[in-house]
Amino acid sequence: MFSPNKPFSLQQDPDAFLPASEAEKEQITQLRPSSTFFRDGVKRLLKNKVATFSLIMIVLVTLASIILPSVWPYSYEKMLGVRPGRPVDSSYNNLAPFEYGKTELKKIEAGEKVFPHVFGTDAHGRDYFIRVVYGTRISLAVGFFASIIVLIIGMTIGSIAGYFGGKVDLLIMRIVDIIYSLPDMLVIILLAVVMGQVLNVQGTVLEKIGSNIISMFIVFAMLYWVSMARLIRGQLLSLRKQEYVLASQVAGAKGKWIITKHLLPNSISVIIISTALQIPNAIFTESFLSFLGLGVNAPMPSLGSLASDALNGISSYTYRLIIPALVICLIVLSLNLFGDGLRDAFDPKLNA
Amino acid sequence: MHEGAAPLVEVKGLKQYFDINMGFFRTKPLKAVDDVSFAIRKGETLGLVGESGCGKTTVGRTLLHLYEPTGGEIWYNGKQVVTKDDITELRKKATMVFQDPYSSLNPRMTVSDIVAEPLDIHHMYKTKQERQDRVLELMGYVGLNSEHASRYAHEFSGGQRQRIGIARSLAVNPEFIVCDEPVSALDVSIQAQVINMFDDLQDKLDLTYLFIAHDLLVVRHISDRIAVMYLGKMVELASADEIYNRPLHPYSRSLLSAVPLPDPRAARAHKRIVLTGDIPSPLNAPSGCPFRTRCPYAKEVCAQSMPPFEEVETDHFVACHRLKEIS
Repeated sequence: MFSPNKPFSLQQDPDAFLPASEAEKEQITQLRPSSTFFRDGVKRLLKNKVATFSLIMIVLVTLASIILPSVWPYSYEKMLGVRPGRPVDSSYNNLAPFEYGKTELKKIEAGEKVFPHVFGTDAHGRDYFIRVVYGTRISLAVGFFASIIVLIIGMTIGSIAGYFGGKVDLLIMRIVDIIYSLPDMLVIILLAVVMGQVLNVQGTVLEKIGSNIISMFIVFAMLYWVSMARLIRGQLLSLRKQEYVLASQVAGAKGKWIITKHLLPNSISVIIISTALQIPNAIFTESFLSFLGLGVNAPMPSLGSLASDALNGISSYTYRLIIPALVICLIVLSLNLFGDGLRDAFDPKLNA
Repeated sequence: MHEGAAPLVEVKGLKQYFDINMGFFRTKPLKAVDDVSFAIRKGETLGLVGESGCGKTTVGRTLLHLYEPTGGEIWYNGKQVVTKDDITELRKKATMVFQDPYSSLNPRMTVSDIVAEPLDIHHMYKTKQERQDRVLELMGYVGLNSEHASRYAHEFSGGQRQRIGIARSLAVNPEFIVCDEPVSALDVSIQAQVINMFDDLQDKLDLTYLFIAHDLLVVRHISDRIAVMYLGKMVELASADEIYNRPLHPYSRSLLSAVPLPDPRAARAHKRIVLTGDIPSPLNAPSGCPFRTRCPYAKEVCAQSMPPFEEVETDHFVACHRLKEIS
């Protein structure tokens, strides 16, 4: 220590060597709050502007498709021109955006307020905006549920194959190979046709969405789990060689414990990412099938069937094709970009 | 030291072969451990040394039935371990400390969850509080404090991680611990701390160790008896001092002559026995005595049969045909 009174003295100032007081010690110890893998990942995800924006879009679209139908004054199936006891008022059919039917115009002249048809109406006089919202709802629901089914089946089978290995693995993987080699669209179309005859959904809750959607779920469950199962199997095959798995075995753990406590938590990033990327895939398939007429039952709309209906009037009412197509693009693009963001944030191999 | 004590763990003719794929539907057995017999007495530490790949780790793991032994018997506390129930019982009494403190702790679990895992598996507590108390007690044994309990393994240094691994192995109140090179991944100053901790814990908790290592000085410091392995076979077993002062098997002699001496003058006077050639692959082990390809004293008889593992003096076992001629 340099002492100012004797600038050239080599003598040390003993005051500088006193033990630190409690307050000083407190200053030095800085215990950083423990950060988990998940928190780190979320932090990285939120730094990614594209992924954050996509997440906001997904949340907005999802919320809109849930809330809007209950506050909107029109219903997706009500044909506005049809009233009991009166002839059909065709002035409601094919309205352009923000146009009104005859009786509505009268009401406006009388000073009443009438809620506008934001996207106009379709060929049967149904409010087009609410149909698009309903279609979005169906598409999103199909996407989420199909991914969850795929996740559950793929995770279970993949875990069993990856953990037990050997002959079990060999058998499961050969089945996976066979399913992989089937053309899935063909199977979906064939099954949708057959299921339509076989499944009896009359009079049940499922009647509204129709047997086609049910068959679509079944096909998803049967076909699309394979890629998930493969992925998880690969993860588990490499993870089960880790010493902490051996340590768990020494402690007496059985397969179920090791899979749920050690192996799956350590492959959670891969699981989240591929589930997120599975959703747009399912939505796209649903739209595609609905476009072909194999999707939801009329009058329930889906984005694909809306686009398909719009084909009839494509030259006069082009916007009716463009709107559902844009919504599909928006949903699929946001989900894909969000999935990519998730991968960047949670896959430790990429941000080494 | 523990001469009179009854054996806690006994192994008779233990064999562990792994099938190696040699192409389309052809397999070949890799004899990782071939006909090994020894006993560990209650309260003692048996050191197990040998080159990399000689089967030390496999002995440790097969002993705990982590691998199903291909042949031989494992006796624990006077009872042979055969059925699933025996193995479940064994899991509550015999545990293991691993070599790599980085891969032996699950990165997604907090320290208290890692330490309490054996307790969770065996349902060894009634209340959350009881579990927490036990975790803190275990962490106290190994010199970690309660602040560390809620942290993740990646926040610790190698030595601290190894302490966490030791705390986990103590959780079930074991009698016997297989220490599989527990200090070879640590640097020297930390090694000393951890080794001394093993010693203290042995006194405090009345533990029996199988201490696997390749650092001969470490093994000598902690072991009561030492076993030397070569290519899946046990070649010599004697008390630690006996092996260090009077190794009988040619392999043990050369192994021990390789121990560095701290005194440079003594080191200069000391003659190292350098072996020629490499350790043969266990897939194509030589006939007869496995050491004969590198042994300076090998004769025809060595190629014909495996020498028996015999007690040549009290408590000194050696497997060598030419022991009488060379000693």
